[in-house]
Amino acid sequence: MEPVLELRQVSKRYPGHEAVRELSLQVPRGALFSLLGPSGCGKTTTLRLVAGFEQPTTGDIYLNGVRINSLKPYERNVSTVFQNYALFPHLTVRGNIEFGLRRRTAEAERRVRELIELMHLEGKEDRRISEISGGERQRVALARSLAVAPEVLLLDEPLSALDPKLRKQVRAELRSLQRRLGVTFVLVTHDQEEALSISDLIGVMNQGRLEQVGEPREVYRRPRTRFVASFLGAVNWVDGVGVRPEATRISSAPPTADVGSIPATVRETIFLGNCIHVEAELEDGEVVVAEVGWQDGRFARGDRVYLWWDRADELRFTE
Amino acid sequence: MSRLLALYAAAIYAFLHLPLLILAIFSFNASRFTIWEGFSLRWYRAALENPQLLETCWNSLVIAAAATLVATCLGTLCAYGLWKRRSAPMAAGLYISLVTPEVVMGISLLAFYQWLFRYLDVRPGLHTVVAAHVTFCLAYVVLVVLARLRTLEPALEEAAMDLGATEWQAFRRVTLPLLGPGIAAAAMLCFTLSFDDYVITSLVAGVDSETLPMVIYAMARRGVSPVVNAVSTIIVFGLGILVLAAGRLQRA
Amino acid sequence: MLAPAAVWMAVFVAAPLGVVAAYSFLTRGPYGGLSEPWTLENYVRLADPLYLRIVARSFRIAAVTTALCLLLGFPLALFLARSGGRKHLLLALVILPFWTSYLVRTYAWMFLLRDTGLVNTLLVEAGLLERPLPLLYNEGAVILGLVYGHLPFMVLPIFAVLERLDRSLVEAAADLGARPLETLVRVVLPLARPGIVAGALLVFIPCLGAYLTPDLLGGGKTVMVGNLIQSQFTAARDWPFGAAVSLALMALVMLGLTVFLRRGGERFL
Repeated sequence: MEPVLELRQVSKRYPGHEAVRELSLQVPRGALFSLLGPSGCGKTTTLRLVAGFEQPTTGDIYLNGVRINSLKPYERNVSTVFQNYALFPHLTVRGNIEFGLRRRTAEAERRVRELIELMHLEGKEDRRISEISGGERQRVALARSLAVAPEVLLLDEPLSALDPKLRKQVRAELRSLQRRLGVTFVLVTHDQEEALSISDLIGVMNQGRLEQVGEPREVYRRPRTRFVASFLGAVNWVDGVGVRPEATRISSAPPTADVGSIPATVRETIFLGNCIHVEAELEDGEVVVAEVGWQDGRFARGDRVYLWWDRADELRFTE
Repeated sequence: MSRLLALYAAAIYAFLHLPLLILAIFSFNASRFTIWEGFSLRWYRAALENPQLLETCWNSLVIAAAATLVATCLGTLCAYGLWKRRSAPMAAGLYISLVTPEVVMGISLLAFYQWLFRYLDVRPGLHTVVAAHVTFCLAYVVLVVLARLRTLEPALEEAAMDLGATEWQAFRRVTLPLLGPGIAAAAMLCFTLSFDDYVITSLVAGVDSETLPMVIYAMARRGVSPVVNAVSTIIVFGLGILVLAAGRLQRA
Repeated sequence: MLAPAAVWMAVFVAAPLGVVAAYSFLTRGPYGGLSEPWTLENYVRLADPLYLRIVARSFRIAAVTTALCLLLGFPLALFLARSGGRKHLLLALVILPFWTSYLVRTYAWMFLLRDTGLVNTLLVEAGLLERPLPLLYNEGAVILGLVYGHLPFMVLPIFAVLERLDRSLVEAAADLGARPLETLVRVVLPLARPGIVAGALLVFIPCLGAYLTPDLLGGGKTVMVGNLIQSQFTAARDWPFGAAVSLALMALVMLGLTVFLRRGGERFL
């Protein structure tokens, strides 16, 4: 099946700074694809390249197999949900949602009505943007972008403007919305929990480069680079080998089976509610964290222990 | 689209600046007609040798200097007062003075002076013109100085008083120096407005207090004279420098 | 702090206006002075078609000037708002000529437009004209002069609003399929409205009371309210009538000011 969106060796260079380096990726139709990375890694630039607000210095962008490099934003059938929503203050909720409709066909009207219902905005259509809440504004922005029936919906850090308490809930709603509509979503975020929890595919970016693309499980458990490993979750580094805290176990006696292990002294135990983090110091001074169940409160400061892990959980890198 | 806009902007800039530039260029025209006949300074010489022009220019300078002095002092104090505490009547008065058409301000002062002169033996002269100029410049001074005040931290004076300064000392040693550029800018603006004024001045001036704009107006009314071109160029050049300096100071 | 200025304003603004108000109810004396009786005659005279024509002309000229300033000024303000780092320099270049001599700037147009002026001379020399065009001493020249003098007042408030316009709104409009012209009309223009209204008031109101421009560029043939007032206090020597016209003009101006302030216009000053 042809991917709905494809980038081939796309680079974006600014004077003195390369924002995106030879990035190639394919987004399958109907997927929720997350571009994940720290600030400044080029993910937002990539989004803007797809939307048409920037032009690639080199490389090509294909939408449904058609090269769209030379198309202006208003000629591309992709739609963006901006980080600050960019809702038109002089229009009502309905005015905003209907803004992109070319003609008032019955089909379009029906879509708008459905979207208003889907977004729980009934009764608020005639309100001004200044009169609705932050969460409602996001829903209006979503409805507005979806009303033009785009091939791909681009979302720039959709949850960052929201109240932290709302984020988990809205995250889930976003996912179920995407599933329900079947529209391809490309989402940009720096929050790895967000990316892991709702994506079909994650593309991890660092300093303009795409370091790995894969399903969440894949990217988390089999990271291809050190960066991907440490960005997606915590990693313990023991002699150049990475082991995640949740895969690191502790025992008082040296393990007998064929597992990786190393002796250590307990420095601190931190109770986190649902689990305990045991900080242990290795002989070379390195501090390692083991995540154990909350019932497992056997360890105290100063205890000499053995940390061990399944060889299969080792993360090895060639760099 | 932006190419088009830039071209359009260039056209508008030409519209705004060309008339003055052309005037300046033709002030150096050897001929008195509008056909270029060579470079010459004869009109400048004629202007500088014209006693009426020189005398009225001196009058204008004196009036402008005096009006600037008074208006700047009054205006600065007023702006300071408004900054400290809003006053709707004062603000209203200033707005009114800003929007009053020059003609109306002129005739009202004329009527007022006339009425006044019945009871006080004061005749129209330089001082009545100065008073009129102070009146219409005041609001501009307040506007400029107030804008400058609004960029200052209100806490500065409080800090000074906290360290032992009286209100007056705080004003003099903290606010005033910081206001310096703003006051200077306001003064320059005031000078420009006063020097150039025709409408109000023509209505309240006496026989011996003719100003340069009045002479220029009379000459312009009679028809175009190249001497006027020369004088105009000098005026624009001089005032232009003043305005540039004022702008620099405001941004300092 | 406020006292000195307040006293000055009371003496030199309020009192004179009060005197004018009083005079407007008096009658013209036999030698052009003032005399009793107190009357409303002067205000009634304003309804005379002769004077109504002048008022209508003033409104017309002010309206046309405002419209032209808007048409010419809006694209310029748009250009300035988009010109990035140089915008303040470019803005200064617009305002600079305005702060030199108004008299000289008006005279410059006389120099250009008169029968033996530059424009006519060039056109005749180039063979495009046989006789010079009467470009000066008519309503068109007055409007030109007023537009020339008041353009910055329209540009500045619109620029102030456009400068603060959220760029992402323009991007969002394009993203949703609007071409540049459509974005301008459907998003930028509505959001620029406060600036446009402020600019319109800042041009229209002063133009109503214009004196120097119609006097010099209109050659005395284009009489506006300002000219009427001036003539009453000089040549015609009918101070009470002049006072009445002045007060009527002031009433209009005050109305304009009130509307301006109500709409929060002071942030543009």
